Amino acid sequence: MTVHVLTATDLVKDFPLRDGRAARTLRAVDAVSLELRPGETVALVGESGSGKSTVARMLAQLVAPTAGTIALAGQPLPRRTGHHSRALRQYREQVQIVFQDPFASLNPFHTVDHHLRRPLRIHRHAADRAEGTEQVHHLLERVGLVPPARVAGKRPHELSGGQRQRVAIARALAPRPRVLLADEPVSMLDVSIRLEILNLIDRLMIEDDLAVLYITHDLATARHFSARIMVLYRGQIVESGPSDEVILRPAHPYTQALANAAPDPRARRHAAPRPDPPPPVRPGPADGSGCLYRNRCPHRMPICDTPPPTVAVATPDHRARCWLHHG
Amino acid sequence: MSEPVLSVRGLSVDYALAEPVHAVREVDLELRRGEIVGLAGESGCGKSTLAYAVNRLLRPPAEVVAGTVTFHDRTVGDIDLLRLRGEELRRFRWRRMAMVFQGAMNALNPVLTVRAQFEDLLRAHRPELGTVARRQRAGELLELVAVDPRRLRSYPHELSGGMRQRVMIAMALALNPDVVVLDEPTTALDVVVQREILREITALREQFGFAVLFITHDLSLLLEISDRIAVMYAGRVVEEGSAGRLFDHPMHPYSVGLLNSFPSLTGPRRELHGIPGRPPDLAGEQDRCAFEPRCPYARPVCGEVRPPLVAHPAAPGGTDGRAACHAHEPRVYGEATPTALLDGEFGPVAAAEVVP
Repeated sequence: MTVHVLTATDLVKDFPLRDGRAARTLRAVDAVSLELRPGETVALVGESGSGKSTVARMLAQLVAPTAGTIALAGQPLPRRTGHHSRALRQYREQVQIVFQDPFASLNPFHTVDHHLRRPLRIHRHAADRAEGTEQVHHLLERVGLVPPARVAGKRPHELSGGQRQRVAIARALAPRPRVLLADEPVSMLDVSIRLEILNLIDRLMIEDDLAVLYITHDLATARHFSARIMVLYRGQIVESGPSDEVILRPAHPYTQALANAAPDPRARRHAAPRPDPPPPVRPGPADGSGCLYRNRCPHRMPICDTPPPTVAVATPDHRARCWLHHG
Repeated sequence: MSEPVLSVRGLSVDYALAEPVHAVREVDLELRRGEIVGLAGESGCGKSTLAYAVNRLLRPPAEVVAGTVTFHDRTVGDIDLLRLRGEELRRFRWRRMAMVFQGAMNALNPVLTVRAQFEDLLRAHRPELGTVARRQRAGELLELVAVDPRRLRSYPHELSGGMRQRVMIAMALALNPDVVVLDEPTTALDVVVQREILREITALREQFGFAVLFITHDLSLLLEISDRIAVMYAGRVVEEGSAGRLFDHPMHPYSVGLLNSFPSLTGPRRELHGIPGRPPDLAGEQDRCAFEPRCPYARPVCGEVRPPLVAHPAAPGGTDGRAACHAHEPRVYGEATPTALLDGEFGPVAAAEVVP
C-alpha cells in the first residue's frame, strides 16, 4: 500500500482583475487535485500562464488557496496558518521548494554556509555549531559541490548558475523534507547543465525516498524524469497518467499539440509535413460554460460548449478531460 | 549552392578591461543567399558578441581587434562593414541587414503604439513614403507575420510575448533585407508559440529569399531548421557543417555532449548526461583546447596544443565542414579516434563540481 505524502484536492485560486472599471476574476487554478508518493516524481506540465507555478506556491503555502484542501500524510491543513505558527514551521520542514531562478532565490549578501545553516537552525537539526558545520559539509557533498569547506565560504555571485541551483537544492534538503517541489528548476540554466541537475534531483529522490513534483514546460525531460505526468491548460488538468502513456499516446488535443510542437531533429528527415499548430490563443475570461481549449481544438464538436468530463482512456490510470473519449 | 552574401573572416572581439577578455577569437563564418545558418552555443560562448560585431552594434569596452566582415552586394560589390561610417552606415543598416534581438519582446518602446514604432522605422529609412503609404506598409508587414493589422494601435504591453516577437520580426523585414540576424528569437516563448514563429520565419524566407543567421543555445531546434550549423565554445567555432551531417556524425566532443543534452521526446529511454563543469575564463590566451577539462576524450596533446579548425577526411562525413579536435587526427592524438566518440557518446568526466 502506497502512502500518499502530499494530497491536494480541488485546489482553486482566483485573482481579482481590474478591466477598466469592471472587476473580474481570473481563475488561475481550477479544481486541481494531485497526489505525491514517496520515491516518485510527478511532472506538472504546462505553458507559461497555465497556473503551474501558482499550484506550486499553494503547495508550498506561499499563497493561500481560494478553495480546496491540502493534506500532509493524511492530515489536512487549516487554510489559514499564521506566518510564524508552529504548524507552518512543521509543514515547511516536510515540504520544501526549489525555485526557477538560481540568481534570485539566494541572498547575495550571505555565504553558502549561512544559507544552509539557517534551515538547520530553524528546524533544530543541529545541536551545536560543530554539528551544524558537519551537516552543511555533508549537504554540499550530497549535491556534488566540493570541497565543501571552500564552497561554504562562497557567496552566490562567486558561483555559476548550476552551482547556485545545487546550493538551492541543498538548502531544500537541509530540514530533511519528505516532499520536494521543483518549480522549473533548470529552465534558466544552460542546456548542457540541465541534465546533471535533473539527474541530481532524481538521485536524491531515490536516496531519501522523496515525493517530488517536477514543474516544467519541457515535455521531454518531464517524460524522462517522472513516473506520472499531469498536463495543465489554463488552470485545469486536461490529461494525466503514466509518463510514457501521456507522451507517446496523448489523448487530449492540447497534449498532442505540445508533443507536435517540440523540436525534433529527426523530423527533418520525414517527408510528411508537420501538422499545423493550433491558432494563437486569445486570453479571455475563464469560460465556465465549456471546454477551455475548444477555440484552438481541431476536433471541436458542438458538445464542447458544455464542460467535458474527465474520463479514462485506454487504461484506468490514464485520464483525459475531453468529449472525444467519452462513451 | 548559391553565392555568399556575408563573409566573416578571422574576426576577434575583445572586451578591453584591465585584463582583456577575448570574447570572440578568429571566427570564420559564411552566409550564402537564402541560406539558414544556425549558430549554437551556451552563455558566454561569444555568439551574441559576434552578432553585435557583425551588425556594428558593439559598445565600449567591446571592440573588434582583428578580422573582416564583408557584405557582398549584388549591385555595388563588396562592402567592408567594419569600415562603414556615418551616413553610409545608416543607409546600410536595416536595408541590407537587420537584427532581431534577444528578449525582443522587451525591445519595443512601451510608450509608443506598434504603429508609431513602424512609423519611426519607415520615416528613417523610406522617407519617400507619405503617411497613408506608411500605414499601409505597416499593415502589410503585420499581416506578413500573421498579426491582425488592427493591432497597429495597440501598445506593447497589450500584446502577448509571441505577438511582440512577431512585431519585431516584421520590423526586421520592413526593408526587405538580404540578411536577417535572429538572436534567441524564441527563448522565453512557449513551445507552441515557438513552433509558430519558426514556421513564419521559414515561410518568409521561402517567399523573400533572405539569408538567416539564427543564434540560439537550442541545438535541437537548429537541427530542424538550419541548412548549416556552427557550434561555438569559449569564443571560437569548434565545429561547423551541414545540419544533417552534424546530427548524424558530430565530430567535436562538445557538439556530441550538447546533442546528448536534449532527451528525445519519443525515442527509447536511456541514461542521460549533460556536460558537467563550466566554460573557461576568457581572459587568458593559451595554446590549448579550451574544452579539454570537460572532455572525456582528452589526451595530453589537448592540453598543450590548440586543435585547428579543419576538415577531417578520414572521419565519417569529415569533408562536410570542419571540427577543431585532435581526436580525429590519430597521428597527433596518439591513438585511433575513440569508437565511443564516433558513436556519438558522451560519458561525463566528473560527477562532482569542484569549485576553485
